[in-house]
Amino acid sequence: MNKKYGISSGILIVFILCASLVSGCRSGGNKAPADDLSVNVPQDNSAVIRDVKQAKKVFDALPSPLESAMLIKSAGARFEQTLLNPVSDVNNYVTNKSMALNLGIYTCDLSYASLYDQTQLIIDYMNAAKKMADGLGILKAVDQATIDELEENINNRDVIMKIVSETFMNSNSYLEDNGQPAIAAMVLVGGWFEGLYISTQLVEMKDFNGNKLVGRIIDQKLSIDILINLLEQSKGNPAIDELIDQVQHLKTVFDKISISTSRVQPEYDKETNTTILKSQVKTNMTPEVFKELTAVVADIRSSFVK
Amino acid sequence: MRILRITPIIALFILGITVNANAQCKAFAKKVCLPELGSYTHDGNYHAAVLVEGEEAELYKTFYSDMEYRVAVSGEEDLPKVEFKVLDADKNVLYSNKDNDYSPTWDFKLESSQQLKIVVKVLTSDQAEATPESGCVSIMFGFRMKK
Repeated sequence: MNKKYGISSGILIVFILCASLVSGCRSGGNKAPADDLSVNVPQDNSAVIRDVKQAKKVFDALPSPLESAMLIKSAGARFEQTLLNPVSDVNNYVTNKSMALNLGIYTCDLSYASLYDQTQLIIDYMNAAKKMADGLGILKAVDQATIDELEENINNRDVIMKIVSETFMNSNSYLEDNGQPAIAAMVLVGGWFEGLYISTQLVEMKDFNGNKLVGRIIDQKLSIDILINLLEQSKGNPAIDELIDQVQHLKTVFDKISISTSRVQPEYDKETNTTILKSQVKTNMTPEVFKELTAVVADIRSSFVK
Repeated sequence: MRILRITPIIALFILGITVNANAQCKAFAKKVCLPELGSYTHDGNYHAAVLVEGEEAELYKTFYSDMEYRVAVSGEEDLPKVEFKVLDADKNVLYSNKDNDYSPTWDFKLESSQQLKIVVKVLTSDQAEATPESGCVSIMFGFRMKK
């Protein structure tokens, strides 16, 4: 009995160790075959480093919920409360998948409300995000001190954005560090879809041509492959596989949009110590494709918040 | 039998080191990399990993024409210098911090939105016989609306 226990616990712990090492090395990234970028290794250390060289860490960085909300604001769009996922639905989310997706969704809604100084909504949506984070077992992502700080600075947009950014980082770093990259990916996916959902809903067809927000929606085509790569890191997880199917469907619509960019020329501005990446872009999205995109996004988002 | 008996102990020991390394990496990212963003708003995303001398990591991200960005790349003190390059979709190098004394930050804005690739590499130390150092490397992005 003891022998059996000794062997099985050994195997179990070695398994946990391997899983931990893999997840620990990933920290938000995956491993991909090394490409043409060479690595110089001192010969004496080559044996130590050989294994490390076999794969390269790759991070697929989706826009965060805060950045998605900022894109809506920067396009000059209005605030529309009815587009947010109601906080009253917070108890509907009991599975890890629904809590992860809605942590991203509520964080995006929180960011959107913050940028438009919707003070009561900021508190409500922070509490909704906290509920999702707590449900996922994310320790200290949003504690009472965070809520208190938020309330004390409710009219200070910069502080609020800093708090939102910090709480989001606490959540995704906790998930990555604790070997839950699939959940971390789902949080990002939820936030990205919410930003796209709000954006598409805010465009009125009479203002379609020349609408800055339409330009930002077209830009999301640039992130669709990043999104798929991010999800494919956890392929085989049924919840992720379902999301991959949904995103592949969305990709077929994005594929109908054309984007062509001239060669990027960096130009350094000494005065501002900033480099300007100069390039010209031509895009084409017909109103019909936009309507299709809007419908597909709404359909997928609806499956997330139901 | 003896191996079976000590395996769980060794495994737990290494597991403890790994979990601790992750926690340290997060603390490092917050303490050292985050302040490098200065007045830019951190996007809230977390990209950090333990890298060994000579090891590379790469990151793909879309950057938008409405924003101004700062990328910050920091490596732990014991590591050699960390080089980072920014490449466009056609693999043209747009920036390398090697040309700027391995500065940990780069500020930029775009005329049109682009997906860019950031390649981070921990340089190798001059001491060829020394055990290669490993440590946390963090990549963070700050943004603000274009003025």
